[in-house]
Amino acid sequence: MSDAMAHDDAHHGYRPGGMKRWLTTTNHKDIGTLYLVFSLVMFFIGGAMAMIIRLELFQPGLQFIDPQFYNSMTTMHALIMIFGAVMPAWTGFANWLVPMMIGAPDMALPRLNNWSFWILPFAFTLLLSTLFMPGGAPAGGWTMYPPLVLQTGDAFPFLIFAVHLMGASSIAGAINIIATVFNLRAPGMTLMKLPLFVWTWIITAFLLIAAMPVLAGAVTMLLTDKFFGTSFFSAAGGGDPVMFQHIFWFFGHPEVYILILPAFGIASAIIPTFARKPLFGYSSMVYASASIAFLSFIVWAHHMFTVGMPLAGELFFMYATVLIAIPTGVKVFNWVATMWQGSMTFETPMLFAIAFVVLFTIGGFSGLMLGVTPVDFQYHDTYFVVAHFHYVLVTGSVFAIIAGTYFWLPKWTGHMYDESLGKLHFWLSTISVNVLFFPQHFLGLAGMPRRIPDYAVQFADWNMVSSIGGFVFGASQLLFVIGIIKCARGGVKATAQVWDGAHGLEWTLPSPPPFHSFSVPPDPATIEGGMR
Amino acid sequence: MKTVKIRPLLRGLTAALALAPMLAHAEWGNLNLTRGVTPYSETVYELHMLILWVCIITGTGVFAAIFYSIIKFRKSKGAVAAQWHENTLVEFLWTAVPAIILVVMAVPATKALIMMEDVSKSEMTIKVTGLQWRWRYDYVNQDVFFYSGLANTSNAARQLNSGIDPRTVENYLLEVDRELVLPVGRKIRFLTTASDVIHSWWVPALGWKRDAIPGYINESWALIKEPGVYRGQCTELCGKDHGFMPIVVRALPEADYLVWLDQQKAAQKPKTAALDPGNQSLATTR
Repeated sequence: MSDAMAHDDAHHGYRPGGMKRWLTTTNHKDIGTLYLVFSLVMFFIGGAMAMIIRLELFQPGLQFIDPQFYNSMTTMHALIMIFGAVMPAWTGFANWLVPMMIGAPDMALPRLNNWSFWILPFAFTLLLSTLFMPGGAPAGGWTMYPPLVLQTGDAFPFLIFAVHLMGASSIAGAINIIATVFNLRAPGMTLMKLPLFVWTWIITAFLLIAAMPVLAGAVTMLLTDKFFGTSFFSAAGGGDPVMFQHIFWFFGHPEVYILILPAFGIASAIIPTFARKPLFGYSSMVYASASIAFLSFIVWAHHMFTVGMPLAGELFFMYATVLIAIPTGVKVFNWVATMWQGSMTFETPMLFAIAFVVLFTIGGFSGLMLGVTPVDFQYHDTYFVVAHFHYVLVTGSVFAIIAGTYFWLPKWTGHMYDESLGKLHFWLSTISVNVLFFPQHFLGLAGMPRRIPDYAVQFADWNMVSSIGGFVFGASQLLFVIGIIKCARGGVKATAQVWDGAHGLEWTLPSPPPFHSFSVPPDPATIEGGMR
Repeated sequence: MKTVKIRPLLRGLTAALALAPMLAHAEWGNLNLTRGVTPYSETVYELHMLILWVCIITGTGVFAAIFYSIIKFRKSKGAVAAQWHENTLVEFLWTAVPAIILVVMAVPATKALIMMEDVSKSEMTIKVTGLQWRWRYDYVNQDVFFYSGLANTSNAARQLNSGIDPRTVENYLLEVDRELVLPVGRKIRFLTTASDVIHSWWVPALGWKRDAIPGYINESWALIKEPGVYRGQCTELCGKDHGFMPIVVRALPEADYLVWLDQQKAAQKPKTAALDPGNQSLATTR
């Protein structure tokens, strides 16, 4: 194999150093690294905005920022965390891992890969530049509901074009992953042998291709409503403001599964490794993911039960929504059954993966409650919703991203990370994130609406607790960065296998892996024999 | 499904979390959904508690299995990993049982929804219009309407660095300059709409919220059972002062309500027709 690699590299002699390496790279690992570093930077920018939000909410009254800027902070925090932090992190993981997991040398479309990453810095420069514009940054919520969003100042077209660019980038990334998985699998790597991370990513990629153009269409109609005299969403011109919500959530609900499906794949890789036991119910995991993806297209209106739909519509969307609990439950039960009668150890990735299962399940329960239309008339647009989606997005997606980072970092860098630092990061994060978000259930049930910069004094106590949790959680993430930098710079050399319970083609490559992952296909016998 | 039992449990949890010395006057007990004062809000409360208990029981089972595994099946205690990874019966059961639970839950949920959407046989109509950033209330067919916005005391205190401690302001952010006065014991139909952006009208004690959307007129209803003052807020982001457009409903006994209504009519009679053609046309379409 080393002969083959040397031969291959001879054809690809052009390898610039410095900035030029990163600007011109078509290598899946370099691009994966770019995505992941970009995601981490955005995580901290979006996190800084969250800190400003929690600071203003620390006590009743307005102490630091005015309401308009507060609305900009919630809007920008959401856009940056969703499109800048979580989605690029998943594409980064896919870039690094998919070719190694399926036994391919690289992604199928390497130049498109470069381009799909390098759109992102421009998209977010456009978006962040609005903070300095007359009228301020977008403040109508990340959901961009008209007519309110049309009151945005100079920032409006920048918002629309930033969203277009983010969409183009994700679609390109998704096409690349589909092309790679369907064309570059090693001989013997049949679909039902694919690691679950690859499976969940293929499904995610199809969701992206189906959903992102819908978002692009919706925001384009906003643009023409604002500047070219159309009335798609203006009741005064014969249009319909509720139609925007239907279109937006037809994108938006698949979007939430775009954010969480790869997390399911990561949990399904980590838990069997540290339980030293095969994943329970592999095929039911695949079918459950596909069912969730299918259902995600027929439940969108549960985000808008209060707009006044006909009874039949409300009933349909309620039934379809609570159905999602079934495949999601199957996944959780499968993870628990994987741990049952295992031989578990608790390295940092496993700790984060277990926390993911427990806390994501809590977010799933509140999701089930929100899906029941008559009670949603009470919960809707309160802090109960805020608690719900932060449980599934922070302790769901973000915890899975962190777990995955610790899990594969030794493979990527060739060094072990600092285990005690990782454990400290885990305990601080897990305790503080619950202090941060659990009380928000109480606030919502007690009647506190979301997206308000100030609140009645009966909400003061739990808001203060939540803010304290927020500050500790924010500060704890610095440990994550320190851990990553330390690991990238050096440390104990990692073996190829890294974790004694790990299965998968990526663990058959040295740590760090060669520039072109599999220049010759792996031995089919390795795949047949459980990939180790 | 006794709701009483959860209180001590949650109180214990709060005590554990509490930063008690800092907050003497605390509202820590304010943890759950209100039971409200309408037939619908009570139905919603019962449904909420039912689903909450289903979640708590399922969650306890799942989390118990996880923590049992963590304690029992650890390598450091010499646990040897089994290699099974499939069991058709178990997989069938944990697909079928949740499905049955969901169907059982869907029955009361469907009933509650049918109840909410039935606005027939209402005895009066209030038209609620949201605008940036206050509410307008029209007593349809009564020639009474007025605007209702944040009370001056709250408005002064909520300015950036006002120097006024919100805790010294009565009903901070939940007080208005003019309350919506309603009778108890009547089925009241609400029509919600908006004149600029989307708002949402929510009084938790009534058990629902309904979006106020320009170009739409949404219907909902409430039958308030007890006299009292019930407070709520706008719940759809509507711009800069979204957090500052509260709702206050004062529910009066029928006789007191009629007295109040007559006073309003007397005060508004001369100007209503001139000022509000919209109300007239709505009245004729009814």
